[in-house]
Amino acid sequence: MTARETRTLILVVVAFALLACLPLLRHGYLLSLGVDIAMYTVLATSWALFSGPTHYISLATAAFYGIGAYVVAAGIGTLPYPALVALAGLAGAVAAALVGLATLRLSGVYFVIFTLGLAELVRQIVTWVQNNFTGSRGMYVLTSITERMIYWELLALAAAVFFIGWRVARSRLGFALRIIGNDETVAAHLGINSAACKLALFVISGAFAGMVGAIMAPRLSYIEPSIAFTSELSFQVVIMALLGGVHRLWGPLVGVIPFTILWEVIAARFPTQTVLLLGIAFLLIVYLIPNGVVGRIESALRAAQRRVSHA
Amino acid sequence: MKRRTALKVAASAALTSVLTIGSAYGAEPIRFGAVAPKTGALAAGAAITHWPNIQLWVHQVNERGGLRMKDGSRRKVEIIEYDDRTNPGETIKAVERLATQDKVDFIVAPYSTGLNVAAAPVFAKLGYPQVAATAITDKIPELTQRYPSIFFALGSTTALASSVADVLAKMKAEGKIGNRIAMVNVADAFGIELAEASRPIFVKAGFEIVFNRSYPLGTQDLSPIVKGAKASNPDAFVAWSYPPDTFALTEQSKIEGLNVKAYYTAVATAFPAYGGKFGKSVEGHLGAGGVNTDTAEMKAYFAAHQKVTGKPADYWASAVTYASLQVLEQSIEAVGTDRKAVIEHISKSTFQTVMGPWKFVNQSIDKVWTVGQWQGGVFHGVASTGLPGAKPVIVKTGW
Repeated sequence: MTARETRTLILVVVAFALLACLPLLRHGYLLSLGVDIAMYTVLATSWALFSGPTHYISLATAAFYGIGAYVVAAGIGTLPYPALVALAGLAGAVAAALVGLATLRLSGVYFVIFTLGLAELVRQIVTWVQNNFTGSRGMYVLTSITERMIYWELLALAAAVFFIGWRVARSRLGFALRIIGNDETVAAHLGINSAACKLALFVISGAFAGMVGAIMAPRLSYIEPSIAFTSELSFQVVIMALLGGVHRLWGPLVGVIPFTILWEVIAARFPTQTVLLLGIAFLLIVYLIPNGVVGRIESALRAAQRRVSHA
Repeated sequence: MKRRTALKVAASAALTSVLTIGSAYGAEPIRFGAVAPKTGALAAGAAITHWPNIQLWVHQVNERGGLRMKDGSRRKVEIIEYDDRTNPGETIKAVERLATQDKVDFIVAPYSTGLNVAAAPVFAKLGYPQVAATAITDKIPELTQRYPSIFFALGSTTALASSVADVLAKMKAEGKIGNRIAMVNVADAFGIELAEASRPIFVKAGFEIVFNRSYPLGTQDLSPIVKGAKASNPDAFVAWSYPPDTFALTEQSKIEGLNVKAYYTAVATAFPAYGGKFGKSVEGHLGAGGVNTDTAEMKAYFAAHQKVTGKPADYWASAVTYASLQVLEQSIEAVGTDRKAVIEHISKSTFQTVMGPWKFVNQSIDKVWTVGQWQGGVFHGVASTGLPGAKPVIVKTGW
């Protein structure tokens, strides 16, 4: 490990330790904002692990999240909660693997459309099963899990995402993915199994989204298809990740924090125009900062360096 | 630059005027928070049942000069509204925001079963009373035991389903209908739950379910469903439906000429727009809910609702929502703004509401309307779990 890496590691550990103290402030409102930020950080970062290098825009987050929530709702009476979270991760991974096998050979817009439809497809399957076999009773997740526990769980999951992201970026897999992202044909000629590489990352992001759904289920308390599989979630994750920038591991985080706070300010100040103002915010982000905040920062740094070297 | 200065001046002027309005009254107003859908899947329902009643109640209380406190002073009420976009995560956050940032004195319970259940832990943690007027669930015993601050006022799923079976069984016993039921349901949480709950009850009551189909939420063309039901030659038609399909099923049934003696659709049958759209055709239609439209209080309530909000109240949860606000009103007048005392007071006292006298038993109103019927242009309650004033059920005559 280089000195620089050690420094970064220490910084990250300190940051997580500080963040873990947030519930000690006993400020319910800050904590509920913290839960939102932690949740979107995990979702957006794990999304970017796959979508960043491959440039495949996946709108399937809500599908995996919903599967995770339903795993908990279905099993809360019979299995211990930690096992359910693990199971939800597994379910998300299996679903992502199935979907990935079927679709990752599609490119561009076909893949986007398929993943958008996926949440609706899974939702209809869940509804069909309930309607014909199980009945919908018992979709309550009433536990003694408090918001601060949810926050800590999400924080731990965020640490896991960052660790895996860091490992992947330094592995043969990460190198292969960057080549695929730049030119898939070249990657194929180099003997890289591009479908397998993409699938591996897609499975990781599906597993994380599934676990987030499982962790959030006790907060929702009442699991309905329309709540668990809301496509809004998929879009928000994409927008936040793009706002931050997807070519750096910490990029999505830079998008999640300002966006969640902006969202909150809009919801608090303009309660009746929330959706309108959010739409405008989306447009501004896409038009004004297409490469994300990270891209902006980096180009500003480059410009500054150029000025220095010219002088 | 100039425009920015102008904006700043405008903003500070607006702020100043808000502050002066706030302090213009002698006594401080009591601040209420409200969070419910203004956008998203449940926005349409909330716009009919939830928001207008908050508007009406605030208007009426302030017109009277405010709440009459124990010490004889009058305190007006102020309301802060948030949109949760039909998203439970937002509901929870908005309740936190109302309590810790806006520091409101009380919070109106959210809209719908899902959003109320999701918000129950945070209401309980913060110690705010939550008088849920639009939540129907079979989990009332478990939820009330868990959360001392929650109160239910619309009954349970099983009560709603079994009441329909009771109404039809009585019609069968009186020889008004035969024993063939065509039953359909929307394949979504509440529709599935009601279908599940009612199936064994119908069978036990001696009915034969001759047609049983579900359709996905958002189905546009319901004619195969109605055609199938008609072909099964039923005596009664029961649809556990949501607002859009309640309208669509009725429209199709009219086109197909589905002639049954008992016709039931669930949610939205109690909406004034339902009677408005189908006119005389709805005479004899059964549906979820109902109120006693004959009491003086209810007549005054309907008139005031129309006058103040510009639209009619629905014949089910509207009045219950208003009554839930009256519960808060009377409790605050009795014990003040100490929320713990208010919760205590709500669980023990009897309230005079537009729904008649209300007393919470184990934090739940156990006497509720379950089935209503369109009779002579109004949707009147025909079955309840023990309320007076039910009208006898009539046989549907045709379209």
